[in-house]
Amino acid sequence: MSHEHHQLDLTGVGFYYGKKEALREVGFSIHCGQRLALLGPNGAGKSTLIRLLAGLLPLQSGSIQWRENSITKARREIAYLPQVDQHQRNFPIRVKDVVAMGRFPHLGHLRRFRKIDHEKINEAIDLMNLGDIAHRQIDQLSGGQQQRTFIARALAQEAHVLLLDEPFNGLDIESRCHLSDSLIELTKSGHLIIASHHQLESVTQIFTHALVLDQQQVEFGEATKVMESESVKQTLHSCHPHAHERAL
Amino acid sequence: MNELFDIPLYQRAILATLIIGFVNGYASAFVLLHRSPLKLTALSHSLLPGVALAAYFVGLGVLSAFFGAVIAAVIIGVLTVLLSRVTKISDDTVLAVLYTGAFAVGIMVLLKLGSNQDLENWLLGNILGLSDFDLWMSFTVGIIAVALLSLFRRAIVIKLYDPEVAASLGIRTRLLEYASFAVLILVLVTTLQAVGCILAIGMIVTPAAIVRPYISSPETLFPLSGLVGAAGSALGLYLNIHFDLPGAGASIAATLAAMFLISVILRSIFTK
Repeated sequence: MSHEHHQLDLTGVGFYYGKKEALREVGFSIHCGQRLALLGPNGAGKSTLIRLLAGLLPLQSGSIQWRENSITKARREIAYLPQVDQHQRNFPIRVKDVVAMGRFPHLGHLRRFRKIDHEKINEAIDLMNLGDIAHRQIDQLSGGQQQRTFIARALAQEAHVLLLDEPFNGLDIESRCHLSDSLIELTKSGHLIIASHHQLESVTQIFTHALVLDQQQVEFGEATKVMESESVKQTLHSCHPHAHERAL
Repeated sequence: MNELFDIPLYQRAILATLIIGFVNGYASAFVLLHRSPLKLTALSHSLLPGVALAAYFVGLGVLSAFFGAVIAAVIIGVLTVLLSRVTKISDDTVLAVLYTGAFAVGIMVLLKLGSNQDLENWLLGNILGLSDFDLWMSFTVGIIAVALLSLFRRAIVIKLYDPEVAASLGIRTRLLEYASFAVLILVLVTTLQAVGCILAIGMIVTPAAIVRPYISSPETLFPLSGLVGAAGSALGLYLNIHFDLPGAGASIAATLAAMFLISVILRSIFTK
C-alpha cells in the first residue's frame, strides 16, 4: 500500500494558548515514506504541533494541507499515538480491544463489526507480532509491547500518517531497537511517520528528516544536514549539553 | 413466607428492584471505568434540593423531579468549576462544600414541605411504597438509559480509556461526557424513590466493583454488572422481607456491599 505521492504541507502555522504564543511560522512539506523527527527543548512547541496535526487543537493561523485538502477532512488517515503512560491505568481491556479502537472512524457509533473490520484488526496484530498476546490485558505488557499495540491500532485505522508523541520514552534498549525497526518498516510500506524525539544521538539512525523547533521553526530538512547545522547545534545542545559527546 | 410474594405490593417491589438493580448495575460499569464514584456521591446529594424545589413549585412527579435534579446538578457543577478557578482551591474540596450545602438546603425544603416520614423516604427510599406508575417510569427510564449506554458504548469505552485518542478518532468527547452524566442523573432520579439519595450510591457503584476482578473486557463488564446488580438487589429485598428487617433500601445496599467483599475474598483464594 504505497502512498508516496501523498504529501503533507504546512504553511505559516502558529498557535497561542490564551495570550501566550507557543508556535509561530512553521512551514514545511513532507510525504509518505519519510520519517520526520520533531526536535527542540521542552516547551519548544513539539507537542503543540503534534496536537494541531492530530486535530486536538484548532488551527488558529496558517494552513495544514494533506493531499492538497484541509487536514480536517482527512481525520481517518491521521493516527495519533500519545505517550505510553497517558492512558488510564488498570482499565479492563485486552490488546485486541485496543487495536479494534482503530476501526471507530470506519464504523462510527452504531455499525457492527464486519468481516473487513476483523480482517484489518487481525492483519494489524500480525504485522506488529502481537498474536501471542492479543488476549492479554494491556497493562500487563511492557512499554515496548504497548507501543506496538498502539501502532497496530493506527494500522487497523488504515492511517497513512502516524503522529507519535515521544515514542522512545521509557523503553529499554531492546524495545527501542524493535520500535525503530518497526518505524522504518512502516515507511517502507508507504506510511508517513512524525514523532517528537529527545535522543539526539539516534536522530539520523531512525529518521530521514528533522524539524527543529524553539517556539518557531529553527531548521527543517534531511536529518543528516539538519543535525550538522550550527544554529541547530546551538538550539539543541544548549538543552542537551552532553548529547554531542554521547553521539561521538 | 412465599405467600408474601403473592401480595401485589411485594410483587411490585421485587419487579422494581430487578429493574432498578439491572439499570444501576449497567450504569455502574460506566462509573467504575470513569473512576467517578465520589463525583456520583456529590451528584446524588446535589439532586435533593432540585427535587425538593421542583416539588415545592410544581408538585412532585418523575418529570419535574428529573428537571429539578438536572438544574441542581448543572448549578453545582458550574459553580464548582468557577469557584475552584477563582479561589485556587481544588475542585474536590469546592464540590464537597457545595454538595453538602445543597443537601442541607434540600433537607430544609423537604422538612418545610411535609413530614419527617417524607424526608426519610427521600433520604432512604421506600421501595415497598412504589405505585404502578412509578414502576412503569422506572421501566421506561431504565430502557432509555441502558439503550443509550449500549448504543454509545464503543465511543464511551475509547473515551474513558484515552480521551485524546478518542478525540483524534473523531469522537466528540465533551458532548459524550455531558450526555453520559445526563443518563446517570436519569438513573439516579428513578433510584431515589426506591432506595433514597444516600443508598443510591451503593446501587450505582457496587455491582461493577463486584464483577471487575473476574472480567478482562468492557464488553462483558456492562451486561454482567447489570445482571449482578439485579440479582444482588433482589436478594437484598428478599432477605429484608424474609427476616422482617427494617429498611428495604438499606438491606439492598448492605447485600451488595457483602457481595463485593465475598467477590474479593473468592478472587484472592482462586488466584493463589
